[in-house]
Amino acid sequence: MVDIWEGLSAAFWLIVHFDAELWEISLRSLRVTLTALVIASAIAIPLGTYLAVQRFRYRRFTISMINALMGLPPVVVGLVVYILLSRSGPFGVLNLLFTPTAMIIAQVIIITPVIASIAHQSMRELWAEYHDLLISLNTSKWQRILTLVRDGRRNLLTAALAGFGRAIGEVGAIMIVGGNIDHVTRVLTTAIALETGKGDFALALGLGFVLIGLAIVVNLAIHTLSRTEREGQW
Amino acid sequence: MKRILAAVTMLLWTQAASAEEMRMAVTTSFDNSGLADVLLPAIKTDLDLDLRLLVVGTGQALRLGEAGDVDAVLVHSKAAEEKFVAEGHGTHRREIMYNDFVFVGPNADPAVIADATSAADAVQRIEAAKAPFVSRGDDSGTHKAEKKIWASAGLDSAAFGDWYRPVGAGMGAALNTAAGMNAYIVADRASWLNFGNKGDLGLLYSGDPALFNQYALLPVNPDKNANIRNDLAMKLEAWLTSPRAAELINGYKINGEALFVFNATP
Amino acid sequence: MVSSLFPLKLQDVAVRRQGKRIIGPIDLVLNPHGPTIVIGPNGSGKTTLLRVMHGIERINDGSVTWTAPDPSKHAFVFQSPIVLRRSVAENLAYPLRLLKTPAGQIRETVGYWLDRIGLASGQNSPATRLSGGERQKLAIARALVRKPDVLFLDEPCANLDGHATREIETLLQEIAAAGTQLVMATHDMGQARRLAHNLVFMLDGKIHETGPAKTKFSAPQTEALAAFLRGDIVT
Repeated sequence: MVDIWEGLSAAFWLIVHFDAELWEISLRSLRVTLTALVIASAIAIPLGTYLAVQRFRYRRFTISMINALMGLPPVVVGLVVYILLSRSGPFGVLNLLFTPTAMIIAQVIIITPVIASIAHQSMRELWAEYHDLLISLNTSKWQRILTLVRDGRRNLLTAALAGFGRAIGEVGAIMIVGGNIDHVTRVLTTAIALETGKGDFALALGLGFVLIGLAIVVNLAIHTLSRTEREGQW
Repeated sequence: MKRILAAVTMLLWTQAASAEEMRMAVTTSFDNSGLADVLLPAIKTDLDLDLRLLVVGTGQALRLGEAGDVDAVLVHSKAAEEKFVAEGHGTHRREIMYNDFVFVGPNADPAVIADATSAADAVQRIEAAKAPFVSRGDDSGTHKAEKKIWASAGLDSAAFGDWYRPVGAGMGAALNTAAGMNAYIVADRASWLNFGNKGDLGLLYSGDPALFNQYALLPVNPDKNANIRNDLAMKLEAWLTSPRAAELINGYKINGEALFVFNATP
Repeated sequence: MVSSLFPLKLQDVAVRRQGKRIIGPIDLVLNPHGPTIVIGPNGSGKTTLLRVMHGIERINDGSVTWTAPDPSKHAFVFQSPIVLRRSVAENLAYPLRLLKTPAGQIRETVGYWLDRIGLASGQNSPATRLSGGERQKLAIARALVRKPDVLFLDEPCANLDGHATREIETLLQEIAAAGTQLVMATHDMGQARRLAHNLVFMLDGKIHETGPAKTKFSAPQTEALAAFLRGDIVT
């Protein structure tokens, strides 16, 4: 049994020595995940809000689909994206396989349902609160969505951060579509899988602690930048 | 705030321009050996070529070649490789080097395989003792080699009881499992020497020529799609079979032990 | 000042939900020259009637006809005030922003109403932190920033103490005097007597009796209204 302390000290030395490779894969992890997060949020937040304010025939079905897609095993997403992006697949000409872009695509597919579902939950509550007023003010669909997104932004941030958490720690899909190529598509999670495979548990654990630290820093940074904590109740 | 965001964006998305690139699918056992860390910088220096390694099992490596997603494949499973070339997925098969498989197991050695006279004898002893045995079970080159050994001893691994445990995982993960269960396992020597979580396991038997593990390079057929860099694969092949590569491969040692024997014919 | 919106005609209006009649049939012509107060026991359909007039409740039968329909010319204040999760000032600005009103005009209107309801000092703090009375004043002011001709109020003082109720009544009397037509539901008979110009008495989803407040309070025509005004339980 490897001591957790060994992992912590591995993480400590990696950071103290400002390990160039660690720096590189950490930045790549951030780059891939934040890009995926921005794209997924741009799809999921309007979608989740739209599902809250609009009633249409297949609304329940759509919501059930999104909730079901939350449970998609990342490996399956990875395989599907691999088959699509493979040079022998339909989008092979784009030559995207084993690039960070492919990893971003896979992560967008994995986290969009997560963000959309959580966004829908909180937007539904806010819509129940605002419904009468917004109807009374004769708002358009678009104005309703904008109002809910603006006033529910803190809840939406929580939804986005849930998506971020899922994406930054994801390994199954990006391993398949990224290939874990050194200096190209190796990120923290795939490096952890690699080191575990080599039996170097201390280094794997160390990288894991770096990953947790990174996630904490990003969460704090996003909260600070959006100044949500200073706005009191919302 | 905007300036901070801009700075973060710059930091995250700026990428350096790079030399020519080719992709090669290799087996985990090759990557775990650490030899790549020696060869890749030399290839970069000599050929100005960024060799991107996709580290997967033999089965997946050949699939990547079939799909035309890599420019070359470096694996160790002769029958599968010959089939790959025969089906037109690869242009040809070029032997580069070999290492060997070893029997690893608990130091207490309940099946007494340390005294075995051959690889076939060793597996017969394990089967007779019904000692826990971890198999890769993932259709990799190592898995195929292991199955061949059982067959050579006249045993059918499909019919074994629950002491035989196929884990369906890579070499490292399988070694971790064996260490956890104190089980026997067949591993390539390189992965074993580089493995960091040996626990109570030790190298118990090796040396039978039946355990030799030939690595071969398969350039992928460039007719599959326009993106395949057969020219780079040929350059790489020329380099991997050169005296320079021979020197690096034969000179690569872990704990003073040589791992690979260069055997490419000019 | 009489609004060009009136008269408002309700013809044979009925609202049913899950097979149950909520209100109806209702025939009513509203052409008021002062506050109209809707009274009646709980569950008699006061809220639904106001919502139907304002156009935010789907009707199953009949028609609601404004003489010159313009939804931005009537506004609604709900029983429990809905405040947006924004600052006090932004709550007031919101209906104007929806209409893309120029910023200068928004600032001016918001400033005026902040002073009028006495919330200027806390204008940048979250509206969700206001007390119940302040919230309702804010909701009324927000309903008035578009200068509506008609203001519907659904028991706006139901959850408030006496002090807040008096402040709101004063505000309502002022805006009524300035020409805004009030249509208000209440169960507070004192408030009804203080404010009403016209009276609508609802019972069991129907309009049981209606007419000028002066005569209706002193000489109710139906036994039910008389009993209700005495404080008896009427169903």
